[in-house]
Amino acid sequence: MATEFIARGADLELQGIRKEFPGFTAIEDLDLRIPAGEFFALLGPSGCGKTTTLRLVAGLDQPTRGKILIGGKDVTNTKAHERPVNTVFQSYALFPHMSIIENVAFGLKQRKIEEPMTKAADALAMVELSHLAQRKPSQLSGGQQQRVALARALVNRPSLLLLDEPLGALDLKLRRQMQIELKAIQMEVGLTFLHVTHDQEEAMDMADTVAVMNKGRIEQMGSPEKLYDRPKTVFVSKFLGQSNLFVGKVEEENASSVSINVAGNKITVPKDRAEKHKGTIAVGVRPEKAFFHEEKPKLGAGNNLIGPGEIIDIRFTGVSNQYLIEIPNVGNVTVFAQNVGKSPVTELGAKVWVSWKVEHAFGLSDLPVTTATESITVA
Amino acid sequence: MAFAAFGHSGSGGKAKNAPASLGSAKVALLLLAPGIAYLSLFFVAPLVSLVITSLQVPSAAGVIGMYDYGFAVGNYAEAVVSYFPQILRSFGYALVATLLALLISYPLAYFIGVKARRWPLLQSLMLTLVIAPFFISFLLRTFAWKQIFSNESWIVQTLQTIGVLDVNQYLVGTDFMVIFGLTYNFIPFMTLPLYSTLERLDIRYIEAGSDLYAKPSKTFWNITLPLSMPGVISGTLLTFIPMAGDYVNASRDFLGSTETTMLGNVVESNFLQTNNYPSASALSVILMSVILLLVTFYVRKSGTEDLL
Repeated sequence: MATEFIARGADLELQGIRKEFPGFTAIEDLDLRIPAGEFFALLGPSGCGKTTTLRLVAGLDQPTRGKILIGGKDVTNTKAHERPVNTVFQSYALFPHMSIIENVAFGLKQRKIEEPMTKAADALAMVELSHLAQRKPSQLSGGQQQRVALARALVNRPSLLLLDEPLGALDLKLRRQMQIELKAIQMEVGLTFLHVTHDQEEAMDMADTVAVMNKGRIEQMGSPEKLYDRPKTVFVSKFLGQSNLFVGKVEEENASSVSINVAGNKITVPKDRAEKHKGTIAVGVRPEKAFFHEEKPKLGAGNNLIGPGEIIDIRFTGVSNQYLIEIPNVGNVTVFAQNVGKSPVTELGAKVWVSWKVEHAFGLSDLPVTTATESITVA
Repeated sequence: MAFAAFGHSGSGGKAKNAPASLGSAKVALLLLAPGIAYLSLFFVAPLVSLVITSLQVPSAAGVIGMYDYGFAVGNYAEAVVSYFPQILRSFGYALVATLLALLISYPLAYFIGVKARRWPLLQSLMLTLVIAPFFISFLLRTFAWKQIFSNESWIVQTLQTIGVLDVNQYLVGTDFMVIFGLTYNFIPFMTLPLYSTLERLDIRYIEAGSDLYAKPSKTFWNITLPLSMPGVISGTLLTFIPMAGDYVNASRDFLGSTETTMLGNVVESNFLQTNNYPSASALSVILMSVILLLVTFYVRKSGTEDLL
């Protein structure tokens, strides 16, 4: 057989992958290395090339150029059924004419693994669906089908498990529960997971490493904390959470920081948190790290302050209030304030100043294109 | 139902439900009436007449072609005994031709329905080509084949020269020729239902199969074929049933000879030439019953009642 029955993950390496379809390029020059045993998420909007990447790894499509290595072995020219990879499809793709247990045992039988039914039954027990073994897929709910799809893939002990937005069709509560289960299973079996999703919360919550993909290339890659704390491009800052961005010319530079001028307001960012130190740059801050004040506060050098502006919208979301503040000549700034007992002051129309710590600011490598960035903002 | 729903929207009284459902029952009956009338007149009545005729006895007056009402169950036994070879031949030919049609149609339907999906124009062109022969009378087409394979044709001459056929051996009038004609004439009836199932086949199942280590051949046997069974079943039924009763291809005037007579030819000659109506009717009833039994068994066996 092309693949042996192994029980541990393998590295995945993509070298200079390019995929062209008639009329457009889905992936441009992609390099990626996923260490064995890692939970890796490819995050991006629809059409960014993430599903294409997954299909290339699975062997369902051939790259136009580049190499795919699994566990150090070049598999670029092998067929899907020869690769030690299994996929949990977005649509689950459970075979409708087979019972649940037959579905789960399918891969084992194809590879002539001993005792396929026993192993399949164990896998079903793992996802707590033993009682449905004899049913047909159409008799199961979406969440149950999802778990069967997971069992059908995991039972083969693939070196690499591919997940193509498998939680997309589930309702919020079930999705949370499945996220937790999936993460637990991954830690238990120690396989390499490549998870494709457009849900940034899901990616941050589950993955060890997140790669944010846009227009066929990876914009930024790193741990969820790092990506969130220090996005390097406008796209990442807006796709992964929300950001307030300010654009201005660098007017002051010293050993540790640079400052830009935004309509007369000085905004400082530490040098090691900025991609560019010269010319016109974009500086951002997360809404939950900004505060507003009803009177102009006296703050030290370690803070940025802009204003005054006017509160034009207040949204109550339960744990927090989201304030939209319009600052003349600067634009709109969003501030999140936790609902901690005392309801935050102010009502619509109040005049406020906005401040945040310099160490929370980040400088980006590119500038926002107003129309384009607006459309990719994820609420 | 829809009218009833409009009728008391808002008032919401339960009491009004009874007359409403009575009205909808009337509507349903009215809608069914033409169908019921049609079926009674053109299916049930002829069927009853056929069974009655099959049990008739020769007229007491001794006039040939005249029969009296009777209960001659022996007609059936006699028909079976006299025409056993023709009965066997009918089902044998139909079986072989159905299998051949399936073997030819499946790859064709698979190509049109699955592989050609990316080119809708090619898809419709090929479908048109499958149906195109229907624009010419099937008698003419069958006759054309007789010409093509006639004793003097270059095909037969060549086959004789290279020794596939003996010097005095010909094609027209042989089992081969009749099965060829049946297969040819019924291929569209196999291709179209196969196409309509394969066209809806979800490629993701095939991808899932190969993702789960199944070689292309295994994917076909384990996934594609089972999922296309509804098309296979309806295609084989649509060809087998009319093939078993066919009397054109096997006729001496077309591709057959006295050696290839099928049930249909016997029924035809009994009805139209020897005027043996009871025997012809009995054979018709036998043909119908055997087909009905075979089909029931076949559909049961393949376990796709719910798919049809």
